[in-house]
Amino acid sequence: MLDLYGEQIASRLLLGTAQYPSPAVLAEAVKASGTGIVTVSLRRETAGGKSGDGFWSLIQSLGVRVLPNTAGCHTVKEAVLTAHMARDLFRTDWIKLEVIGNHDSLQPDVFALVEAARILTQDGFKVFPYTTDDLVVAERLLEAGCEVLMPWCAPIGSAMGPVNPYALRSLRGHFPAVPLIVDAGIGRPSHACSVMELGFDAVLLNTAVAKAGDPVEMAAAFAEAVNAGHRGYRAQMLEPRDFAVPSTPVIGKAVFS
Amino acid sequence: MRLIINGEPREVTAQGLGEVLAELEFTGDWLATAVNSQLVPAAERAGFVLSDGDRVEILTPKQGG
Repeated sequence: MLDLYGEQIASRLLLGTAQYPSPAVLAEAVKASGTGIVTVSLRRETAGGKSGDGFWSLIQSLGVRVLPNTAGCHTVKEAVLTAHMARDLFRTDWIKLEVIGNHDSLQPDVFALVEAARILTQDGFKVFPYTTDDLVVAERLLEAGCEVLMPWCAPIGSAMGPVNPYALRSLRGHFPAVPLIVDAGIGRPSHACSVMELGFDAVLLNTAVAKAGDPVEMAAAFAEAVNAGHRGYRAQMLEPRDFAVPSTPVIGKAVFS
Repeated sequence: MRLIINGEPREVTAQGLGEVLAELEFTGDWLATAVNSQLVPAAERAGFVLSDGDRVEILTPKQGG
């Protein structure tokens, strides 16, 4: 089981709820993924509108836990206020903390991220920081009170997959007891499988499922990939070798000459 | 009284935040509010008195990644 701030979660796949062709497809994708956690956001409501009510009713009907985000925030002040509004609205102290530092790459502003994480932890939040794969930033986030780390493996929505497996391996090696979730950059089930094989605890996806030709089928494919990668890691994989090793026993081979 | 509601200027007659939401027909059940960049929890909206020029943010659950 995945342990996040003391909560036991059966699935190691977290799913975003944006960009699906329809609410019905979103609901089916969530079910097909088997996820126990979906990410949600807060946005301005229009006068007379009830757009949020419909979406929220749908999410509540799915029986999953929600992880609100601070997507789009560029400053500590914005992120902290958004987190407080999320807690009031969704009635959870979980927050996926995003503080964006670059408009083009959507790379987190890691300095502001650490500061916001410290403030929110002191305010009683359980912070899930969207961060880079930088080891020292990870240390600072843990010192700030985070008990989970969510490094990207490539820019959000890029579908590039893990561009720096060394950095991800390094994080796993340095923080063997900290839940590590790859958040952002996954494009294919094989990407998810590969980061799970590195020993990551879970994967958070959105675009790769929502923008697939068949989001429901892709959600199921990712569920299998995440599970396969995790089981492979647990089973301790063979390391690559620079020479051939016959798998069939040589001793006892018939001699026909 | 003139308020800035989600970035747009609006004239209202009500004084309390809860009443202003009703007057402007923010009728959804799931809303989060902030005034001048400070959270006003749902439980405190009814008794929260607004002032001319206040900036009110009204947010609701949306899809997110």
